[in-house]
Parts: sequence; structure tokens; C-alpha cells
Amino acid sequence: MDTLLRRLRHELFASKVDGLITLVLLGLIGAGGAGFLRWALGQAQWAVVRANSTLFALGRYPIEQQWRLWLLTALLAVATGITWGMLRSHPRPDRVGVLWPRNDRIAAVLLALLALGLPLALGLSGAVQLRWWGITALLLLWRWLAGRFGPGLPPLLKRLLPLGLPLLYLLGMVLIHGGLGLSPVSSSEWGGLMLTLLEASFAILLCFPLGVLLALGRRSELPLLRWGSVLYIEFIRGAPLITLLFLGQNMLGFLLPGGMAPERVWRAAWVLTLFAAAYLAEAVRSGLAAVPRGQLEAARSLGMSLPQAFASVVLPQALRVALPSMVGQFISLLQDTTLLSLIGLMELLGTARTVMANPAFLGRNAEVYFTLAVLFWCCCAALGLGSRALERRLDPAALARSG
Amino acid sequence: MPLPSPQSSTSAGPAGPAGQELVPWWRDRRVLPWLVQGGVGLSVLVVVAFLLANLIRNLTAAGLLLSWNWLGQPAGFDIAETLLPFQASDPYWRGLLAGLVNTLRVVLTGLVGSTLIGTLLGMASFSGNGLLRGLTRVYVEVVRNIPLLLQLVFWYFVVFLALPNGRAALQLPGVVLAKSGLYLAGFGAAGWIGPQLVNGVWQAPLRFSVEFAALLTGLIAYSSAFIAEVVRGGIAAVAKGQWEAASSLGLSWFQTLRQVVLPQALRVIVPGLNTQYISLAKNSSLAVAVGFTDLYSVAETTLNQTGRAVEVVLLLLGTYLALDLLISLLMNGLNRLVQIRER
Amino acid sequence: MRRSLRRFDSGMRLPTAFRPLALRRFATLAAPLALLPGLLSACAPDGGSGVQSAKMATIKARGKLICGVDGSLPGFSFVGPDGRYSGLDVDVCKAMAAALFGDPEKVEYRNLNSSERFAALASGEIDLLSRNTTMTLSRDAAGGNALNFAPPTFYDGQGVMAPTASGIRTLKDLAGKPICVESGTTTELNLADRMREQNIAYTPLKFQTGDQTYAAYLQGRCVAVTSDRSQLAGKRSSFPQPDAHTLLPDVMSKEPLAPATVNADPVWADAVRWTVYALFQAEELGISKATIAAKVAEAKANTNQADLRRFLGVEGEFGKQLGLPADFVAKIIAAVGNYGEIFDRNVGPGSRLKLDRGVNRQWKQGGLIYAPPFR
Repeated sequence: MDTLLRRLRHELFASKVDGLITLVLLGLIGAGGAGFLRWALGQAQWAVVRANSTLFALGRYPIEQQWRLWLLTALLAVATGITWGMLRSHPRPDRVGVLWPRNDRIAAVLLALLALGLPLALGLSGAVQLRWWGITALLLLWRWLAGRFGPGLPPLLKRLLPLGLPLLYLLGMVLIHGGLGLSPVSSSEWGGLMLTLLEASFAILLCFPLGVLLALGRRSELPLLRWGSVLYIEFIRGAPLITLLFLGQNMLGFLLPGGMAPERVWRAAWVLTLFAAAYLAEAVRSGLAAVPRGQLEAARSLGMSLPQAFASVVLPQALRVALPSMVGQFISLLQDTTLLSLIGLMELLGTARTVMANPAFLGRNAEVYFTLAVLFWCCCAALGLGSRALERRLDPAALARSG
Repeated sequence: MPLPSPQSSTSAGPAGPAGQELVPWWRDRRVLPWLVQGGVGLSVLVVVAFLLANLIRNLTAAGLLLSWNWLGQPAGFDIAETLLPFQASDPYWRGLLAGLVNTLRVVLTGLVGSTLIGTLLGMASFSGNGLLRGLTRVYVEVVRNIPLLLQLVFWYFVVFLALPNGRAALQLPGVVLAKSGLYLAGFGAAGWIGPQLVNGVWQAPLRFSVEFAALLTGLIAYSSAFIAEVVRGGIAAVAKGQWEAASSLGLSWFQTLRQVVLPQALRVIVPGLNTQYISLAKNSSLAVAVGFTDLYSVAETTLNQTGRAVEVVLLLLGTYLALDLLISLLMNGLNRLVQIRER
Repeated sequence: MRRSLRRFDSGMRLPTAFRPLALRRFATLAAPLALLPGLLSACAPDGGSGVQSAKMATIKARGKLICGVDGSLPGFSFVGPDGRYSGLDVDVCKAMAAALFGDPEKVEYRNLNSSERFAALASGEIDLLSRNTTMTLSRDAAGGNALNFAPPTFYDGQGVMAPTASGIRTLKDLAGKPICVESGTTTELNLADRMREQNIAYTPLKFQTGDQTYAAYLQGRCVAVTSDRSQLAGKRSSFPQPDAHTLLPDVMSKEPLAPATVNADPVWADAVRWTVYALFQAEELGISKATIAAKVAEAKANTNQADLRRFLGVEGEFGKQLGLPADFVAKIIAAVGNYGEIFDRNVGPGSRLKLDRGVNRQWKQGGLIYAPPFR
């Protein structure tokens, strides 16, 4: 207690100026917090979020087809559970054999609370609430199963398991879009959080290889490749995204023969991809610059071919260095999807705008924007946290310790 | 897409002069680079030619082949607030120029504001006061993880449009903030004049619309968080011994930072600032979302009135590219200055 | 080279499922060669003669019409809580789909804001623009936006709406005040013209979408909002307190709102034009959704009713001349009813807007709705 007090004093009241700053800040925090609570609990009318929760989640996706998205969510929960469990059961330098470290226990409890609390707060129907419980239970169950029995699986199966993730992505596309016997759902009816995540995930997945190629091109000694990459990267980085999106939405028809242009949603996804690739290329380039030249030379002198040397020696090191800034790009990519609302797509912000145009919810800006802000903050912060965890895991010092 | 060629001036590969005749021609490293480049170049050329051919064909069919005559036509629309005198009978190019001036106004004030606040925040994250440090951290984490467009519409529709009007407006000496705009005291015809209420409407020598104010607030709040991180990184890069040496000389915390650490940190900060400035310039095009008439907004209206989509988009891309180049050029100059002074 | 490309474009011989793929592969192969002929033949207009229409072939191959609408304008195009579109503009799209496919639901709607609508039409993004668009010379002319307008489906005029409590009664009262307006509209230009004529200084506050424009107006950022009078009435009907807002008596302009297509395809434009005329003519002849079946039976039974028989496609080949089915009129009326029904249902007495027919009456009642002879 005494040491705590002393530390507090040292941190907050080391000098007169410090004390003054602390008091002013405390006052500001108190006033701000009280004002916010008064608004959130008193003035705000959360009905706008509650009544439109489906719209915010899925857009105008037809009701009779929504079971597909539930199925997809359940599959994602299973995949998340398995991945989580396998990662934990995998031997780690710092905590060998700890199946449920403290962070995981906290996460599990949080998930359970979220599954219990969120549907109640949104006033969802009993059936929907039951589904959320089921999905959460599924996630935790598979987390436990994978942690318990994962290490005992045959090595071949363990190696093949990660292949399930791209397959799941493709399956998800089929579920959302239709096909293979499912009735098609036009992309003009996709919306809300689903569309936001779809656009962001598509662009993140595809801009990565493109960005790496561009970065390699920029560092190439072949003048045509180098200047081509430089031209592309600088052109894209010099243009505001909204101009490029406008170009993609309204002028692609001029650039392609009639009927060849993809649908609006995909067009926007491609523009996002091509846009993000240029920024990612710069992140990867700085990573490549950090790899000493001797690494490539050493790999080559071991008899590796150039592509081999790049793929197995240079790139892994470069990408590890570039990881934080790459994830930074992914986060801004996720945020950039809000610009799609300016070209008339119904992603989260676009949905919000139509909801607020509804006469019943006129002027409920603050509630809607606040909800969106929390949603985006959680997604982006989760990406950031994930990246930091990955960084720790890939830290060469830790890997060497586990040696 | 092929990988970069195996040609490398420094590395001594396995294929020396002796092994030359063993290597088939398509793996010969004198030929391969040209093969790779030729392949890539040809495919890029084909794609570009294909797109251009379509563009010309479609534009001809629509009767919209490139022409710039429309720039001289009267625009026919008004612009709410502009430094450049502009009225509906002026030609389009003047309208676009007025839009550009508005963009520059936002960018310049935004640069100054976000640099000031960002630097202060970056310095605050090294403060001895734990609460201040924590709050700075929270601010940066909150602002960086929420999309800028969302922040802008929040500032405009939630904060600025909720302001009272007329007599109930927020008033400080020389400053009035009302729903109709931000009014500042300044030098008018009769010397120093403060904001005055005339017939229920505020009048002042310096007046900014709330659209401008909301855009600027949003941009500064967003950019300053990123600049704070740049500044923090720069300060962290300065060796710890510098702090200790300075404080052992009896310099205060602020003096140490200002006279010893920041000048050294600038070396790392300036390149980072360049990136942030460029994104601020580009982000200013989100003005359309809050009803401020910037270059993009004028261009969109122009495009709509004239139907000249390709020309307008070309103009837009060119202008923003030039703006970015200008910022880069200035920052590179600054960077050289900082680097020399460091020696 | 180019001709074969076009044949692929409208080629119906390939199974539809393979078409895009084949076309794409073909186009990629043809790309390098397409450059020269593409440049050389750039002057030849698309479309061709007779009833060969590239656009209609594309629409038929696609199996649905893509229609650009506003999407948030009560009475004209609006998405209900069930996710379905309704409104006068939407009914024009439905009529066109009924004429093409016999099914009014084969339409995909695209919400467009006023700034992007023409670019979307010109680039082929949408087939038909039915979005309360004013017909003007520069939008029609080949040297301007190069659109092709169908007859106006709603004769409107620009008005100004202000809160009743503000005391604003005429345009003069707006001097020095901010006025909200949607950017990229004729409204924006008319406002500038009228104010310049009367020498009134004002501040135009422009927004990209109607939603934002009215949100800013309702939050009191501007003292008035200007738009087409029908639109103002439509929006007002959705406000929490419609009575608190007054439409100023000034009519600032003529706003004939008409569906539009591109100049490049006159065959398609004709089909749209006569679909709209069919709505007008049906009202004049007293043929409604309820009576269409009886009328068709009557026309088939009675060979003396030549006008009716031609109009409903029992005889003659009007449909074929337009590239539409012979009985396209019957299909249209069965799907959406005649113009009077559409008006009443969406903006007239049967709606919340309760607009008067005004100049939108049939010509026999002294209005402007007039269809040329179906002959």
C-alpha cells in the first residue's frame, strides 16, 4: 500500500507543475466521463441501433437466405476454435504445455459474456439469441477439443489443416454469393458489417502478394521492372482514394468492352486492393532494406537459385521486419472501406446513412456514429493486438531461446 | 509475374565464364533480363493498349472525345466560401481554381495545426506525469483506430450542427462559435473589430463556415495522432545518455526536450512527417462528406454539369499528384537542412 | 476483328453460362490487334440499323434491366422496410422490364446520387436512368451530356422550403442566408440564376446526397432547402412534423423530369420512349390494370377495333419494330397500370404526398400528358 502510494505520488505529483497538470486532467476526465454517462444513459435513444441491428449486420440480405450466413458464422467459429487450440497446444518457447494461459481464460469468459449480453442489449429474439449461444459454445468446444487432442493428430493431417482456411474462405464466398445449388443473392443486396468485412478481407488477402511483387520490382536491378513499379506505386500513392474509387465505379465502363466490367461491389474491392498494394509495397520495401545484403549472397553461395534465396531467406526476414507497418496498412485498409459509402455502397457507414434518412430515426446521428466507432475500434484494435502477438512469436531472440 | 532477374553485379554466381556454354540461352544471364523485361513490358503494353482502345472507342461512341474547351464556359453554380472571388458567370477553370484554393487552405491550416498538436502530444508521451502519458496513449489509440470519414461526419453532424445559433452561441473574447460558423476578431475598416450580432446574424472580420471548421477539426484530430507517433518514435531514437547529460547540466525537462532532444530527433521525424503530410493533403478530399466545397467537390459538380468525366478525373489526379510532389519536395529540402545541421 | 467482337457481344448462339468466359478469353487474345482497328473504326457509331440494339441484346442476355434511381425519395423511388423499391420512377423501370421480359420484377436498382448519375449512364453502368432527372438542352445535346430523354413522366418546378416559424415567405427573405442544395443538380444552377437575377446574395451549402442535404436542413444549418417541388413535398411528408415546414409560392424554374438513356443507342431509346407513351395512351383510352385482360379479350374478339388491336399488339408489328414483344403494351399495363394509376398510387391521392395532378393531367383535361398516335 505504502509503495503504491509512493509510486502514485512520484508519477502524478512529483512537482507543483505536475500536480497542477494532474488535477486539471482529473477534472477534465471527470467532467467528460460524467457528460458521456449522462448522454449514454439518459439522452441517447438506442432504439435506432436495436431496431436496425440486422440491417447493420447484413444489409438487405434476403431473410429467407440468412441461414447461410449463420452457417458461415458457425463455420468461422469452428475454424477459430481449432486454430486457437492448435496454436496453444503447439510447443512455445515461453509457455510449454500451458493449454489455458491466463489470457485465454479471460478471452473465454469475455466471449461468453458477450454472447450473453450483446443479444440482450440489442433486444434480439429468443431464437437468435440461442443461435449466438450455440455459436459461442461451438467456438469454445472446438478450442478445447483442438487443445486437448490436437497434438495427437497424425503429422500429415496437422500440416494439411491450415489449407482449410483458404477453402473456408472460398466456401464463405459461395455461401454469401450463391451457386453450387444455392440460389444466387445479388451483390447489390449485400451490406452492413458483412460487406465491410468482405471488402476488407478480400483486399487484404490480395494486396499482400501484389505488394510483395511490387516491392521486389522496385528493388530489382532491371530498369523496366524498377521504373514500372516506381511509377505505379507513386501514381497510386499520389491519388486520393476517393478519386480512384470514383474512377473504378463510373469510368471502368469506358475502359472495358461492354458487359465485361465486374459488379460494383467487386470493382470497389479491386480498387481497394490495387490501392493498398502500393502502400504495402512500401512497407515491404523498408523490410527488404533492413535485410543485410550478405544474406542474399550467403544464400546464393550455398547454391540456391535466386527465387529460392528470396523465398526462403530474404523475404521471411524482410516480412518479419515489415510486419508492424504491414498490419498498420491493413488497419487503414479496413478503415478505408468507409469511403465506399461515398460511392453509394451499403457498407457500415452507407447503411448508417440510409438508416438515419429514415424519418423514424431522424437526428439520431450520435448513437449510430458512436456504435460504428466502437465496432471499428474493436476490429482495428484486434488486428493491432494480433500483430503484436505475432511479432512476439516471430521474435528471433525468443526463437533462439527455444532453440 | 516473374521474379527479379538473377543478374547481380556483386554476387559471384555458379555460372562463370567457364560454364557459359553449358547454360541454354533462355537461362543465359545476358539474355534473361531482357526476356523478363520484354515479357513484362509487352504484357503491360498490351493491357494498356487494350484499355486505351476501348476508352477511345467508347468515348467516340458517346461523343465525348477529349476536349478542354468546356473549361472556358461559364460554370453557372455558386461556391459558398472562397478566397478567390467567384460567381456563377465565371468559367469552370476559375471554379476549379477556387476549389483548389479552398483545398490548399484546409491543407495548410491542417498541416500547421496537426504538427503543433502532434508534437505536443508526442512530447507529452515522455512526460514524468503518468496520467498525462496515459491520456496521450488513449487519445492516440482511440483516434487511430476509428476511420477518418466516420470522425468527420461525427464532428459535423453531431458536434458542429448541434451548436446553438444567434445570441445563445458560444462566446469567448474575440471568438464566437455558432451553428452558422466560426467568427474571429480581426482588423476591419474601423480598426480592431470583434464579432457582433447584427439582426440575429453574427458578423466578424474573419469568418469560417462550420463545414470548414468541422473538416479542419476532424483532419487535425486524426493527423495529430499519427504525427504524435512519429514524434514519439523520433524522440525515442535519441540516445538516453543525451537526456541524462542535459539534466546533469541543470536543464529542465522542457529545456532538455526543446534544446537537446528535439533537434536530434528531427532527423528521424522529418521523413515520417512527409508521409503524414501527404496523407493529410489527400484526406482533405473527404470534404464532400461534410459539405465543404473543396477541389474534389467542385470537380464532381463540374463533371456532372459538363459530362466530361475523363478530363475532370485527369485534372483531379494531376492536381493531387502535383500537391503531393510539392509537399515531398519541401520536406526533402527540410530533411537536408536537418541532416546538415546535425553534423 | 471488330465485327466478330461485336457478334460475340450480341451473340446468342453460345450458351449464356459460357458467354462471359468465352468473351473474356477472346477479348484477351484480341487485345493487341484490337488497338489498331479500334482506333480506325472509332468513328463508326455503335447500335446499327433496324432493330439491332447492342444495349437491348445485353439486357436480354443478362436477363434483367439495370435501372438507376435515387432510392431515398418518397413517392419517386424509395426502399420500404421490406427492402422493396416503390415509387413513380421505380414504376417506369418496372414498366420497361415488363415490356422486355413480361416480368416487372426483373430489375436491378442502383442507388445513384445526382453527381454520379450521368457518368454511370454514359459508361454503361446502368441501362436506364429513372431518377427525377430534369430534361435540359445541354444534357440532351450530343456535345453536352449526350443523353436521350424519354417524354417527361412528371412536370415539376423548382421550389423552396423553409420552416414555417422562420417567417421566410419570398426569395427576398433569403438574402444573406445559407440555403441547402444537392450538388450537381439543375436546382443548384437555377438557384444561382434566380438569385443573380434578383440580385440577392446568399450562401449555397452543397451536399452530395439528398439524405445529407435534408439532414443539414433539419438540423438548422440552413434556413431553407431548394429542390423540385414534388421532391420537397415528398421529403416533407416524411418529416416528423410536416406542418412545421412551408413551401414558398415561388416557382423558380421548369423541371420536366424524364427517364434517360444514352444517345449512342437510338433503338433502345425508342423502346423506352414508347413504353412511357404506352402508359400515357393507356390512361387516355381508359385501359387500367383492372381492365387490361378484358380489353385484350375485347380486341381479339372485335376485328373492327383497329386502334385498340394495334395498341394492344393483337395486330400489326409495333412491338417488333421497337425490338419488343408484340404485346408489350398489354404486359406493361398488366404489370404497373396506366400513368394515372401510377401517379395516384405513388404521389397522388393514394400516397402520403397527396400531390395534385396539376399540369400532369391528360391533355384532354388541359394537362401536358400527351401520347402521339400508336400508328
